[in-house]
Amino acid sequence: MVELPELSLPDHPRLAQNITHFARALRKAGLSIGPGRVVDAVQAVAATGFTSRQDFYWALHACFVTRPEHRTIFAQVFRLYWRDPRFLEHMMAALLPAIRGVQEEQLAKPGEKRAAEALLDGANPQVDPPEGSKEDGSEIEVDATLTISADERLRSLDFEQMSTDEVARAKRILETLRLPVKPLPTRRHQPAVLGVRADWRRTMRLACGTGGELRTIARSKPRQRWPNLVVLCDISGSMSQYSRIVLHFLHAVSNAKGAGWARVHGFTFGTRLTNVTRHLATRDVDAALAAAGAEAQDWEGGTRIGDCLHDFNRDWSRRVMGAGAVVLLITDGLDRGDPEALGREMQRLQLSSRRLIWLNPLLRWGEFAAKAQGIRAMLPHVDSFRAGHSIASLEDLARVITDERDSGEKARLLAQV
Amino acid sequence: MQVQSIDQVQAMLTQQGYVCGRDLATVVFLSLRLGRPLFLEGEAGVGKTEIAKALAAAFGRRLIRLQCYEGLDASSAVYEWNFAAQMVAIRTAEAAGGADRAALQAELFSEEFLISRPLLEAMRPDENGPPVLLIDELDRTDEPFEAFLLEALSDFQVTIPELGTIKAPEPPLVVLTSNRTREVHDALKRRCLYHWVDYPNFAREVEILKARAPQASAQLSREIVAFVQALRTEDLFKKPGVAETIDWANCLLALDVIDLSPEVISDTLGAILKYQDDIAKLQGSEAKRLLDQARAGLDQDSA
Repeated sequence: MVELPELSLPDHPRLAQNITHFARALRKAGLSIGPGRVVDAVQAVAATGFTSRQDFYWALHACFVTRPEHRTIFAQVFRLYWRDPRFLEHMMAALLPAIRGVQEEQLAKPGEKRAAEALLDGANPQVDPPEGSKEDGSEIEVDATLTISADERLRSLDFEQMSTDEVARAKRILETLRLPVKPLPTRRHQPAVLGVRADWRRTMRLACGTGGELRTIARSKPRQRWPNLVVLCDISGSMSQYSRIVLHFLHAVSNAKGAGWARVHGFTFGTRLTNVTRHLATRDVDAALAAAGAEAQDWEGGTRIGDCLHDFNRDWSRRVMGAGAVVLLITDGLDRGDPEALGREMQRLQLSSRRLIWLNPLLRWGEFAAKAQGIRAMLPHVDSFRAGHSIASLEDLARVITDERDSGEKARLLAQV
Repeated sequence: MQVQSIDQVQAMLTQQGYVCGRDLATVVFLSLRLGRPLFLEGEAGVGKTEIAKALAAAFGRRLIRLQCYEGLDASSAVYEWNFAAQMVAIRTAEAAGGADRAALQAELFSEEFLISRPLLEAMRPDENGPPVLLIDELDRTDEPFEAFLLEALSDFQVTIPELGTIKAPEPPLVVLTSNRTREVHDALKRRCLYHWVDYPNFAREVEILKARAPQASAQLSREIVAFVQALRTEDLFKKPGVAETIDWANCLLALDVIDLSPEVISDTLGAILKYQDDIAKLQGSEAKRLLDQARAGLDQDSA
């Protein structure tokens, strides 16, 4: 048997020190590495014996990398660092002030805006009824207008026709809006008096308490879990006003505590697909949307729905829809790409989701018909097709989101095609 | 489980027909030396599960496999009480004239009535040495189970309320795999050595094919691998893994194919591509184009 090297930390910690520094460099580059990992790494290097650069690389790789996307970062930092540690420090030093400057500026903004809003709200809580209503029409009509509360009117107002002030109030209503959801049964069980399955283990335990007498049979019922929600939001030019408000709505839904959904994943797409889930978790809605906006580079650009859905299906669907998610697709469906390809991607999306609901703001016009080729290609593959242009329509959505039978306007529009 | 070097690990795995690169061998070596679980992520069919089997065979250990699925719970992963036997024991005790409560409790919840499931089984001493525990497709299970694994994998012990804590005398060699249908929590990853198993390069895949489908001629293997590698550069919903390459080679051997042709490819495409969209993409002239591209690459190599 060959004598093996000791696995405790080496006495002359020159290398250990270097590895610690290397870990710090990786941490700066965005990898989350705790001190425990560093100890592991030192032990790993001691175990591999520090013979070749390649082994050294993979030993550290095994300890520090926990995600596939971190592999390239690791490779780059490794190359930079183990050439000359000071080189990296210089680079970091050169980059840091610039980065910090931008961040500080961005962070200050949402806070200020909120403070300003809070001050303004306090000064002017009452909202005047709409201008002009007092002048035209008969007395009865005037009364009718005045009895409808400002909120009530706002509910049916199209997002696109709202003034800045109305948008601000709409957002506040949206913050309180929830998407209720029904739980799903799982294969796990929990104790329940009127359960359907006998819980033998607990029965035995109870029997022990009474000296072996089986008095009752303990029962259990299936535990419940909540489904995930995936929202794909179009942020192209034709959708700009809606998508901003819908993102507000999305923020409210993903931050609602105890409202049901296990996870809410948010994606925006225009010419390319962006995952904004992590930004939406930020508490402050302005900061969240600013971060999401900075991440998505294609605000108010063109639309390539087919390509973006393709990207989603290929890169994300298997990761975010594993447990049967409900998908909310928010787009006007005006796509100039190949309708056949779009149809294929929609089909794939529907096949991998529990329910696919399409919210289309264009539906606000009564005479809307599925004439555009993109809409025609997408329509057959959705479970439900609904309007999404006002608060009222979003409230309708909240009512039917878990109703398996609801198909919205799909049947009517398909009949016209 | 004494291994001296990375080369030794590589040689042992190669002997079992598992061809791996220096990167994977390093991680396996470290996991053996440091007694850490091995966390392997990668696309389906790149040989994550196979490595556990190869390790078990190489060391002559028992392989215990825990296939994860949604709703996997302690009674099917760790242990369960044999309630039927317990019931009989209660009746026997009654007939014998009533045992006292503490004695009955101690008797009913003893090892005798315990049914071990994979995790507990892996903690038990084994005459061939600690077993290889394969926790397959961890991403299919849910977060509560992951949280449960934390205790099992960091201390190699399982707590049974009625019995106490059972600790493995020697930690088993644990291999976890994930297809990444969802992100596994960092707390669990932190306890493991992580490795992303990538598709092999041309030379290694030819070697793998040589080990796994030895009847295929050298020329055919090279053509098969070149074609599959070309296929992986295409925009497909599911790229073919190594398992598919081996399957395909076996299909071609069963059909007595000596040389790839576009017709043969489109007839046997079901062995490498498992989605209708992908197969449709490869129908017609597309297969021929890829085959020509693959052959051109091969000629360039040999020239």
